[in-house]
Amino acid sequence: MTDTVKEHRSAAPTQDSPQIVNRDSPDFAALKVVHTRHYVRWIFGALVLFVVLQFLCSLATNDKYGWPVFATYFFAPAILKGIQLTLALTVVSGTIGFILGTLLALARLSKSPILNSVSWSFIWFFRSVPLLVQLLVWYNLGYLYPRLGLGVPFTDNYFWSFDTVTLVSQFAAAVLGLSLNQAAYSAEIIRGGILSVDQGQLEAAAALGLPRHVRVLRIILPQAARAILPNAFNEIIGLIKGTSIVSVIALGELFYVTQVIYNRNQQVIPLLLVSVVWYIIFTTVLSVAQFYVERYFARGALRVVPPTPIQAARAWVNTQWARLDEKPEAPEAATTRIGGNGS
Amino acid sequence: MSIATTQASGTVTAPWTRGLVEIRGVSKIYAGHEVLHDVNLTVRPGEVVAILGPSGSGKSTLLRTINHLESVDRGWVTVDGELIGYEQRGDRLFELKEREILKRRTNVGVVFQNFNLFPHLTAAENIAVAPVALGRLGKSDARELALGLLAKVGLADKPDAYPRQLSGGQQQRVAIARALALQPKVLLFDEPTSALDPELVGEVLDVIRDLAKLGTTLIIVTHEIGFAREVADRIVFIDAGHILEVGPPRAGLRFSAAPTHQRIPGTRALRRVPGHPSTTHPAQQHSQQKLTEIEAHNGN
Ligand SMILES: Nc1ncnc2c1ncn2[C@@H]1O[C@H](COP(=O)(O)OP(=O)(O)OP(=O)(O)O)[C@@H](O)[C@H]1O
Ligand SMILES: [Mg+2]
Repeated sequence: MTDTVKEHRSAAPTQDSPQIVNRDSPDFAALKVVHTRHYVRWIFGALVLFVVLQFLCSLATNDKYGWPVFATYFFAPAILKGIQLTLALTVVSGTIGFILGTLLALARLSKSPILNSVSWSFIWFFRSVPLLVQLLVWYNLGYLYPRLGLGVPFTDNYFWSFDTVTLVSQFAAAVLGLSLNQAAYSAEIIRGGILSVDQGQLEAAAALGLPRHVRVLRIILPQAARAILPNAFNEIIGLIKGTSIVSVIALGELFYVTQVIYNRNQQVIPLLLVSVVWYIIFTTVLSVAQFYVERYFARGALRVVPPTPIQAARAWVNTQWARLDEKPEAPEAATTRIGGNGS
Repeated sequence: MSIATTQASGTVTAPWTRGLVEIRGVSKIYAGHEVLHDVNLTVRPGEVVAILGPSGSGKSTLLRTINHLESVDRGWVTVDGELIGYEQRGDRLFELKEREILKRRTNVGVVFQNFNLFPHLTAAENIAVAPVALGRLGKSDARELALGLLAKVGLADKPDAYPRQLSGGQQQRVAIARALALQPKVLLFDEPTSALDPELVGEVLDVIRDLAKLGTTLIIVTHEIGFAREVADRIVFIDAGHILEVGPPRAGLRFSAAPTHQRIPGTRALRRVPGHPSTTHPAQQHSQQKLTEIEAHNGN
């Protein structure tokens, strides 16, 4: 050890070197770092771990959970059909909702007082009326307006018309209710995102003579996306679970199917677990997707792109592993240089 | 490092054959406060004009009226005889459609104090976005143009860096390249170096100096008086919305140098007092004093 020290010192600048070097100061770079031990953190960690384990243990041992029943129904054809409908509702309503929401947000921000107030009223109305009520009204639209079509204004003479009941099926009623409601909420989220973009960006885009659609699609929305995405994923996750509300109009989505089955066989908890686990699977997939989508839109906004969870986990394990080698009780070990990075 | 726009074909041309800016009787009022007062200024094609003046005197506002980012309350501004926001038909002025305003605006490039690069696009994309969006170039031609312009501002090795990965001086040079991509006839600079650390100012001024040599019409708002004196053909001094002085920089803004002054109708500073040709106009003394003050403050 002493040899390495001497060797190192001899490499220091010579007497006539213009640099000023304090020869007695230690070379801190060569010292080994001993990390603090977080005893309190460990105690609380252990407590939390205990509670979690206790719960998991009860899941396994408490036979009221009815895992065999859960297993029989988890992939039952009826359930899978319900899932199909849930996903279809989410995708269709989510897509319509966000596209309409974007248009509403742009209308809200436009200079036209008409567009502005129409958009404001839409958002105001659809945020005011409970979704449940909206769904029931759409479902019963045929009672209010038996026929819908084109004709002479303010009269009942149609050139071309539809039976409302055939036009607005259960599915259509559900999509209408969910997507209009979704549009109202996402409009405000998107508007918030657009407002967060620096005014200078708009000025620069205008000074370059970029046409409006380029300014919106290429300059503003990609930058607004960073502020929009966390809330947008919240909304989509809310929507996928929110589809369960359409069971009120007897549409056979996941939650409705579950209810039908447990009303028949009285296995309430196992069947609720079936739907809960499926919803958890969907949100998990969405949460993972959220991470990667956000990471994509962070390009340029951060100097360094954050690591993926896998990269982060690997790095964490590596540092913890390396720290296991530390010997805090040996003070000489901490003060003696270890001769460069290699040893 | 010299700047000329390289067209996609590779031939080097100097497209700035024109670029006449005429500002006539322009007034701008914000909430009852007159920020620009009857401003008259003619900038000849290829001329370099530096605008100096204290903070809040209306320099930025004047620049913004030139490319119609700000509309005027009285008077008019033309670039090569064209009003940017309006079109004359007979004895009426018709407000132009946004599309047409945008098209005319591309004759005037702007370099902002805060760069205003698009942070989610790389340096090359920042430059290529406008020529592509305006249908002037295809994607690959635009990228080639971007690479050429980046090389000319000394950033050949940074086409794929995002703005936040560049230093302030590098960002401002990308911003200049972006403004050049549309081959504007006039380039406006609003304090292009005032957001930069002193050691980064030089690299940006070098690029502007090259542009000046190439004959682009440049209008530069700046606090770098030494630079203004060196590069500008004329220095314009604004105070509280009034143009106080228009004159060649070397003459030290002295009224005794009046014979070489360009006479501009309506510019108070240059109007000789009738019958007293040798009298110094009060505004002249005022601006001379202001300039000395600023120079003392800047220490150069
Ligand atoms: N949108 C606005 N509304 C009201 N007043 C404004 C507005 N923009 C600018 N002003 C006022 O107009 C005056 C001139 O502003 P301007 O930005 O042109 O000054 P400047 O000469 O560029 O100053 P600086 O050197 O600090 O940039 C200032 O008094 C400012 O407060
Ligand atoms: Mg300013």
